[in-house]
Amino acid sequence: MTHDHSHPPPQPDHPEPSSDYHFLGMALRELLIEKGVFTADEERRVIEVSESWSPARGARIVARAWSDPDFKARLLTDGRATAETMGVEITAPELVVVENTEQVHNVVVCTLCSCYPRSLLGLPPKWYKSTDYRKRVVYEPRSVLAEFDTHLADHVEVRVHDSTADMRYLVLPRRPHGSDGLDQKALAALVTRDSMIGVTEALSPQP
Amino acid sequence: MSARFKIGDRVRIDDRDPPVHHRVPRYARGHVGVVERLCGAFGQPELLAYGGDGDPAQMLYRVHLKQTELWADYAENPDDTLEIEIFEHWLSPA
Amino acid sequence: MTNSDTPPAKVHDLGGEPGGAAIDRAERAVTFWEQRVDALLVLLADRERRIMDVAELRRGIESLGPEAYDSLNYYERWAASIASTVVEKGIVTQAELDQRVAEIRARKTAGQ
Repeated sequence: MTHDHSHPPPQPDHPEPSSDYHFLGMALRELLIEKGVFTADEERRVIEVSESWSPARGARIVARAWSDPDFKARLLTDGRATAETMGVEITAPELVVVENTEQVHNVVVCTLCSCYPRSLLGLPPKWYKSTDYRKRVVYEPRSVLAEFDTHLADHVEVRVHDSTADMRYLVLPRRPHGSDGLDQKALAALVTRDSMIGVTEALSPQP
Repeated sequence: MSARFKIGDRVRIDDRDPPVHHRVPRYARGHVGVVERLCGAFGQPELLAYGGDGDPAQMLYRVHLKQTELWADYAENPDDTLEIEIFEHWLSPA
Repeated sequence: MTNSDTPPAKVHDLGGEPGGAAIDRAERAVTFWEQRVDALLVLLADRERRIMDVAELRRGIESLGPEAYDSLNYYERWAASIASTVVEKGIVTQAELDQRVAEIRARKTAGQ
């Protein structure tokens, strides 16, 4: 299992396009800029904003929720407004935060396409968008979780969330044992992207 | 806007297959669950998908269902559940 | 798996469909052109322009047909959907797109 928080950055030196659809994307962008639909500067800003979105944003919110019960209660009721009080802007119409407990483990999917809380977690991983994940996690979630080395006790209820409309989802993983003395920065370092999708738990602190 | 359903209501998801773009997966159709929360009113995907403004906006609900209700051969924990967002125009009382 | 008697699922409606394999967990960075396609949708759909809604992107992808869904990758499907939408709306013509694609291909062949 990877403990790496630094996902590979997008490649500025992009590989040569190999299909007409790569060229189509380029053609679209050139024509739309020429026709004044948007400017190259506006495009660059959009890309910069997308690049600034990473799982660190979601991790900060989780760390705060672990440390502050009042914040957590508000987060579970009104995810978007509460996250924004931390200065984390959410682009989704609404954010539903679902809490993992001793009784319930949550996992998120978009079976119909790839809806994902991008402003909190960055771009979705390839597997989240894959047909295999979208097919399987709704009817055999534990089998899928096992592939992520996640094994839940038999008594735990697994709850799958299918992101079919305007809500976006963040799983609030369980606070790991042994993390009591840690400050929010150290807690955030334990919160991985995959734990906020729900396919894994958060990391344990170093002994 | 006034919502037809409230939290805790048992609802059935319509079993229909319109020829237009829609956002109700096949596996959920015809099944019965419980309203978990009201999400607010949003534009109808069936209309937004064709350049319309989605009006009239419909109340969106999160519906909580048992996996054993959704899948005849569900092989994992019988207490497992699934929650899904469904618009009011796809729900009826159960 | 699926237990519904409704007609065969459309190609994008995957929940519970058979044939799902082991999850390939490999990370794959988004390429530069993919970032630009992503940005296209963000710009076209933003509050200032409202030229396209994400629902139209999805509808466009769903209507590509199963062969396209199998043979095109994620952002290639986006590009195809965005292209057909902006042509439908008369923002660009198919002829303009075809011509520009040919020019870009020629540029790349010439090593620019």
